[in-house]
Amino acid sequence: MSVKKLTKEGFAKFVAALIEQDNVIGVQAKGEKFDFAPLESADDLRLDYDVTLQPPKKYFLPPTEVLMTFEVGGAYASQYEDETFVLLGVHPYDVVAINQMDELFQQDNYDTHYMKRRNNATIIACDVVKPSQNVFATSMGTATVKNGYDILLTDIGDSYVAEAATDKGEALLAGVKDATDADAAALASREAVWAKNTKSLNKHELECDAAYLPKLLDRAYDHPIWEELSRTCFSCGSCNQVCPTCYCFNVQDDVNWDLKTGKRERAWDGCLLDGFTKVAGEHEFRNQRADRFRHRLYRKAKYVPAKIGGQIACVGCGRCVSACLPDIANPVKVYNRLIDDMGIG
Amino acid sequence: MCQCCSEKKDIYLPELATVVKADAMNVTERYLQLAMDDGQFDYTPGQFVEVSLAGIGEAPITITSSPTQKDGFELVIRKIGNVTNAVHNLQTGDKIGIRGPLGDGQYPVEEAKGKNLVFICGGLGLVPQRSFINYVLDNRDDYGEVAILQGTRCFDQRLFIDEVAAWEKRDDVQMLETLDEGGPNWKGNVGVVTKLIPMVKTDLKSAVVLVCGPPIMYKFVLMALEEFDVPHESIYLNLERKMKCGVGKCGHCQINDVYCCMDGPVFRYSDLATMPEAI
Repeated sequence: MSVKKLTKEGFAKFVAALIEQDNVIGVQAKGEKFDFAPLESADDLRLDYDVTLQPPKKYFLPPTEVLMTFEVGGAYASQYEDETFVLLGVHPYDVVAINQMDELFQQDNYDTHYMKRRNNATIIACDVVKPSQNVFATSMGTATVKNGYDILLTDIGDSYVAEAATDKGEALLAGVKDATDADAAALASREAVWAKNTKSLNKHELECDAAYLPKLLDRAYDHPIWEELSRTCFSCGSCNQVCPTCYCFNVQDDVNWDLKTGKRERAWDGCLLDGFTKVAGEHEFRNQRADRFRHRLYRKAKYVPAKIGGQIACVGCGRCVSACLPDIANPVKVYNRLIDDMGIG
Repeated sequence: MCQCCSEKKDIYLPELATVVKADAMNVTERYLQLAMDDGQFDYTPGQFVEVSLAGIGEAPITITSSPTQKDGFELVIRKIGNVTNAVHNLQTGDKIGIRGPLGDGQYPVEEAKGKNLVFICGGLGLVPQRSFINYVLDNRDDYGEVAILQGTRCFDQRLFIDEVAAWEKRDDVQMLETLDEGGPNWKGNVGVVTKLIPMVKTDLKSAVVLVCGPPIMYKFVLMALEEFDVPHESIYLNLERKMKCGVGKCGHCQINDVYCCMDGPVFRYSDLATMPEAI
């Protein structure tokens, strides 16, 4: 696959051309922060962003999505979104999260709704230019990424290095005018960015290798920290909402005004919310905040990893750290405290 | 649609079934016999289906019939939530959506062969257990002694009264029944289901013990079984959770690292040792 060098002007032309031919979702300023949104002009693209408010997961697993339509008492018909789109400016840690979601939605029972959107997407990733205030991708090994994107962009100052990783990416790059093959100097600059990011995306430093976390949690189930920290938890689910690897959902029916037809939708749900495990008869299996608080951290660093070959399902984006009002969600703080109390055994 | 998705089945899409027979069992429980419109439906005792009513939603319900019975399959549904309330309005000939059968954690149909079986049921717990009970009775020679313990809250909530009476008459089944609250109509045992355990004639220590009931019941039954030194490997528990999607995605039924809908709903007790949330 080719590795090209594009001047910033050349890149802007490429983005403008892309907007002409496809639905481009790009990172843009939102007040003083940033978010993914439909891109209307190349000028609005901000690849120098630190972190987006929401991860890009909503483009694969929307906050609400129609799974099927139905006739009351009659047949059900699957519904799919059929539009292709380009996701432009995905940071490495978010690419890792998408890779994990891809695996989870394909394994055991293949989720056609998620995969349909996923297969319609072109992902143009970009290396981090400016670390966000709570990022800890370095600690999680997600500061750089080697797969999961169609094109990876790296800002090397006056230009971008663009590497195609798939046929889709290769075809897109082939259409870029003024692109030259990346020379040794450009590649060296890219290596320097990677080397820098591998160390510097670490506002919270995990005191152990991330791969050790499942073993750490094996010993931590009855630790007082769950009760202690969750005392101030609002059960608001903000940590779930902003997490790029949270994918729990609820399913609900919506009947149309004719009372004869309707749709079945799935909507984001969160394991921190009260009622998440409640069954008929009002029995709730995780009715304590501490149980729900612990569940999230176990899911990230023990339960989900067991399903995806040991990868830790926290990618270090730091969004939960920023979103948590009582400031208890920081996974690094929790894991470090456990290490401090129990040592690395 | 892309090729890879169009070739795969939509795991959330219900298929239509027709209500062959509908009957009120008591004030809160409704019996349904269903037949899939496309005919085929193979299941194992312990498996469940997602019952779907368009416009209302889905609810996970364990199949109560035995696969040895050839006419469709049966469900017994308590009126307790949105979907189950609406189920009580269904009449013969009505359509209902079904996904399943689901659940890889089933009753140990093969493993229990040649062994003595003790079924401990609390209230509605008889409903899932009945699938395996009838399977065993239809393959009677494959299994050893059978004891069925049923605890029900009150006289009016007793289920499958004729069937239970028939089991009671059989000399190859020890049927024990108790009511939490006795009454003028009841001449049998009074008290919770654990009271029946010492009356079991079968050697509990060497038996396969199958337990199903409300969440609160398990702790007490397990404590009672502990007194008889029943090995944890031979106890099976049918767990209830919010199995919303039924296919291991939505996260609601997760018990520690396990999805109840995928690895359950029937679990071997010894496998629950690493799942503190289970009981």
